[in-house]
Amino acid sequence: MQYQWDFGFLLQYKGLVGIGALYTVGFTILTALSGLAVGCLVALLRLSQWRAATWVVTAFIEVFRCTPVLVQLVWCYYALPMLTGLELTPATAAFLTLTLYGASFYGEIIRGGIISVDLGQWDAGRALGMRRSQLMRRVVLPQAFRRMVPPLVNQTVLQLKNTSLLSVLAVPDLLYQGQLITSASYRPLETYTMIAVIYFAILFPLTRLAHRLEARPGH
Amino acid sequence: MSNTRMIELIGVQKSFGTLQVLKDISLTVDKGAVVALIGPSGSGKSTLLRSINLLTVPNSGYIRVGDHAMDFSSTQTLPRDRELAAFRARTGMVFQGFNLFPHMTVEQNVMEGAVTVLRTPKAEARELALSLLGKVGLADKAAMRPDSLSGGQKQRVAIARALAMKPEVMLFDEATSALDPELVGEVLAVIRSLAADGMTMLLVTHEMAFARDVADRVVFMRDGCVVEEGEARQVIEQPAHPATQAFLSHFHNGLS
Repeated sequence: MQYQWDFGFLLQYKGLVGIGALYTVGFTILTALSGLAVGCLVALLRLSQWRAATWVVTAFIEVFRCTPVLVQLVWCYYALPMLTGLELTPATAAFLTLTLYGASFYGEIIRGGIISVDLGQWDAGRALGMRRSQLMRRVVLPQAFRRMVPPLVNQTVLQLKNTSLLSVLAVPDLLYQGQLITSASYRPLETYTMIAVIYFAILFPLTRLAHRLEARPGH
Repeated sequence: MSNTRMIELIGVQKSFGTLQVLKDISLTVDKGAVVALIGPSGSGKSTLLRSINLLTVPNSGYIRVGDHAMDFSSTQTLPRDRELAAFRARTGMVFQGFNLFPHMTVEQNVMEGAVTVLRTPKAEARELALSLLGKVGLADKAAMRPDSLSGGQKQRVAIARALAMKPEVMLFDEATSALDPELVGEVLAVIRSLAADGMTMLLVTHEMAFARDVADRVVFMRDGCVVEEGEARQVIEQPAHPATQAFLSHFHNGLS
């Protein structure tokens, strides 16, 4: 196969690629933060004594964990408006879906971290007369957090990769911009190679970070 | 009368599912007294100890420590978080597994209760922590992490941590059972010095010689009931009940 590689033409699309990268990274950061916030709530509700809340939250987690995020995305954008009469912009639908999808995984990671703390630690804090919130803040969460960080970073890596699915809703992320460039230039090989390299360049440092955090002897 | 009795339990019952672990236990501990709880494993002695500071909340009964009482026979609702915390803050507890906070230094471990629960200013709490660490012979370990200490040292830090709450009562749940034999002595020495200071203490222990020598009274439990109770030397050397005799026969070669 004699293919003439030519990456030079991509320079004229650097504006498009820049916007794509901004959308990809921006959506990742926003949905990671909102996902973590909702995930914390999900974890605490699931660990609470409040039976109804535990049940609802468990159902939520399982629905979002056991369906593909692409299906959730499409459902949220096309089906939800029919059900509720609420029109969502692609960006809103994408934000909502990725937040909830992320939250279901983040929530389980946070819950796992909390219950991995030895029961003796809870006993010790209670015996000192700590209230539940003090026990969480001073004893349980500091220990749980160290164990949660590596899987949370890993989940955030997945979260970033999942933003590539936003292209199906015509949100101008990296992949969507790549499709635009391809249809204009008829050079998918260079274009998609570049897109892949950009994803890699963003994520490789993150996975190294996760690896480093995992390698540290655990507390 | 209530001034001389520091701990009072009346009709305490606890079940886990269908298993009744405590069957109608009544017990009093005088102020400044040292009481050893002995008995075979599964007799309910640890559960009894844990119900005194409500780490295990009984199903029914009355529990008083100092001026604070909780009555579980009348109320249908469980005590709230705030009430439980306030009740527990008045007793110190030492666990078999030490349960030191691994993310804090030795000094921070001892300061933690004072700072977080009692809202003692940090400088004052640090001073208190250092003096308590001195008392248990570990002033030089203040800046270390618990995982760099031996078992005996960890348990002495745990005792200092409990003392920092200025408790009215100290509860020891098999405090030396997880220790290598050569480390037991240093922990028992600290408990002995607390007894000499007049601290009211209740100990679950398998150290019969120690119970005989340091405790004022010994309570023998089996199957969730108090079988025999009396003056320490009396119960350990001349037990009256056949069950107590049978239990203590396992130890007698170690009791000189």
